Amino acid sequence: MEIINALVVFANFVGIPAIAYGSQLALGALGVTLVYGVLRFSNFAHGDTMAFGTMIAVLCTWWMQSVGISFGPLPTALLSLPIAIFATALLLVAIDRMVYRFYRKQKSAPVIYLIVSLGVMFIMNGLVRFIIGPGDQRFFDGQRFIISVREFKALTGLKEGLAIKTTQGLTVVTAVIVVVILFWFLNKTRTGKSMRAFSDNEDLALLSGINPERVVLVTWLIVAALATIAGVLYGLDKSFKPFVYFQLLLPLFASAIVGGLGNPVGAIAGGFVIAFSEVTVTYAWKKVLVYALPDNLEPSSLVQLLTTDYKFAVSFVILVIVLLFRPTGLFRGKAL
Amino acid sequence: MKKLLTATAACALMAGAAAAEEIKIGVILGFTGPIESTVAHMGPAADLAIQEVSDSGMLLGGATVTSVHGDTGCIDSAGAVAATERLVTADGVKGIVGGDCSGVTGAMLQNVARPNGIVMISPSATSPGLSTAEDDGLFFRTAPSDARQGQIMAEIMMEQGITSAAVTYTNNDYGKGLADAFAASYEAAGGTITLSAPHEDGKADYSAEIGALASAGGDRLVVAGYVDQGGSGMVRAALDSGAFDTFQFVDGMISAQLIKNFGAEIDGSAGQHPSPSPELAARFAEIAGGNGFEPSTPFAPESYDAAALILLAMQSAGSSDPAVYKEHVMKVANAPGEPIQSGELAKGLEILAAGGDIDYVGGTGVELVGPGEAAGNYREMKVEGGEDVTVRFR
Repeated sequence: MEIINALVVFANFVGIPAIAYGSQLALGALGVTLVYGVLRFSNFAHGDTMAFGTMIAVLCTWWMQSVGISFGPLPTALLSLPIAIFATALLLVAIDRMVYRFYRKQKSAPVIYLIVSLGVMFIMNGLVRFIIGPGDQRFFDGQRFIISVREFKALTGLKEGLAIKTTQGLTVVTAVIVVVILFWFLNKTRTGKSMRAFSDNEDLALLSGINPERVVLVTWLIVAALATIAGVLYGLDKSFKPFVYFQLLLPLFASAIVGGLGNPVGAIAGGFVIAFSEVTVTYAWKKVLVYALPDNLEPSSLVQLLTTDYKFAVSFVILVIVLLFRPTGLFRGKAL
Repeated sequence: MKKLLTATAACALMAGAAAAEEIKIGVILGFTGPIESTVAHMGPAADLAIQEVSDSGMLLGGATVTSVHGDTGCIDSAGAVAATERLVTADGVKGIVGGDCSGVTGAMLQNVARPNGIVMISPSATSPGLSTAEDDGLFFRTAPSDARQGQIMAEIMMEQGITSAAVTYTNNDYGKGLADAFAASYEAAGGTITLSAPHEDGKADYSAEIGALASAGGDRLVVAGYVDQGGSGMVRAALDSGAFDTFQFVDGMISAQLIKNFGAEIDGSAGQHPSPSPELAARFAEIAGGNGFEPSTPFAPESYDAAALILLAMQSAGSSDPAVYKEHVMKVANAPGEPIQSGELAKGLEILAAGGDIDYVGGTGVELVGPGEAAGNYREMKVEGGEDVTVRFR
């Protein structure tokens, strides 16, 4: 019984939040890694791309709520996803045409691209703040919990409770669906294969008649979809605030690099590694240990390795360790 | 030529002594900056008291009083010091109503008020740090220190039989000061604090912070934060994970927004915030209405009281010299004496002129304690059936 209580506490405070957060990071990191793989630069504007997509979804959701459209127990924001993805795709393609294409023709070095993306990031940053403001926006509606603490306790009779939020369940399910579709697309379809070929060896791909502009276009469309979905899921689960999305850039890049930049499987693995490390290192283990250990070994302190203020430091440290000992990431990166 | 000059100067002096004195009072608040919307009502409230005294014609044998405004910007210490310097040296103000935010108030006190020996009464600086600041007896405030709220909160919780609690505070001077003051009083009263942990405002997710607090346990979670910021995030995360069911709220949390955010989910929670009793508030609203400001704005009655205290102290001392009347501020503010409500400043001046004693009550029930700061009136509230219910005033 004690052990079951320990597991429930662990799941409630570590397991479930980390899985949800990991899925959100994985989707975001997939976008980063795709841009890196196909277009060969680190897209610093990715966090703000997520913010832009989410902003459109928030605005659509508010409009739908005002005219009385709802999605039953699920959040209305899901219905606004297609519109948000479409708007984000338009923005990304427009930016590519106006900015990145110029540097592509120049065959600029990756570091120039990186600085250019930094500029794009600031523009998007301002755009989002200009339209929706810098404040916190909540747009969640529908049923809050799949199972709440009270229901869980009544159901199992355990001393400890377990809550699963609708948004957490939704995040994991959506992430799985999106990843399955993405891999099917990359590995089975003609366009996906041409993207991989382009990523693998650009010259060879050009020689075999692959249209580079088409590959770039498709990449941006996929990135727009991934960024918007990741952003909306994160915003539903937590809350939408432009600055928070900007800050997400660090864990996103940490995930992509830990997994191996340019490698989609790596991005997913990296997302979960970062999420679980952040949560487990900053969690106070006292309650779990009190249940799990025999009475005479019970800890009197909180057993917290780092306070939660150091959450971002955890991503940094992992990043440094991986770059020192395995620079290509856990899965060999730099190829799709 | 020299003689003529001397004669002119002498004439001017005599003329000055013969005519009634003209006294200037500086009103130095954050007319621009983060709390400008509040100050828009505080400045006129201070002016109202000054006007009332001036119109009565009873201060120091018919002195007229005018106010001179200065801007602190709330967070701009350099600007606030420069404005105060100008009012003291160029305009020759005899007393200052201000500053507003705690940081600039400390800077004004140390850099201008103390070197020049000017009395300062702040209507809204609440940092506990100002209680122990060196002030040469020149600094007072009509707003209670946050430390006081910590004591009240500890009292309320002990009365309700809550003997162990976890504390989360917003990571700034306000939150930390409040949490420390609460911890000192609560532990002295026999309570146990399982964990006192800060939270950063403006994050999307507070489940990790709640995880640590849940591990530490406690009967209730004390939330010393802001309702529009991390405070609500912490409550939301605590409710979602089932870590805590009931909370104790501070003034930064108690607002209509709190009830709107959580409603019946936080039934059984309690809180306290500085607030004058309804009778005092109604009276102040009556006399202050129609003067172009909203009397129920936080710190508006405090501003009125700050200005009134300076002028009553002058009357009690029989002098507008800050070095003399600073000794009289506590005397007119506290018992014994005839209670003086807001709008009765003329009556107070009259009693003092006749050599009587007054106990200034004003818009907030002023009672200065310790180093010259308001004891404050607090409203104890609880959440019941998703509504904010007043338990009592204390």
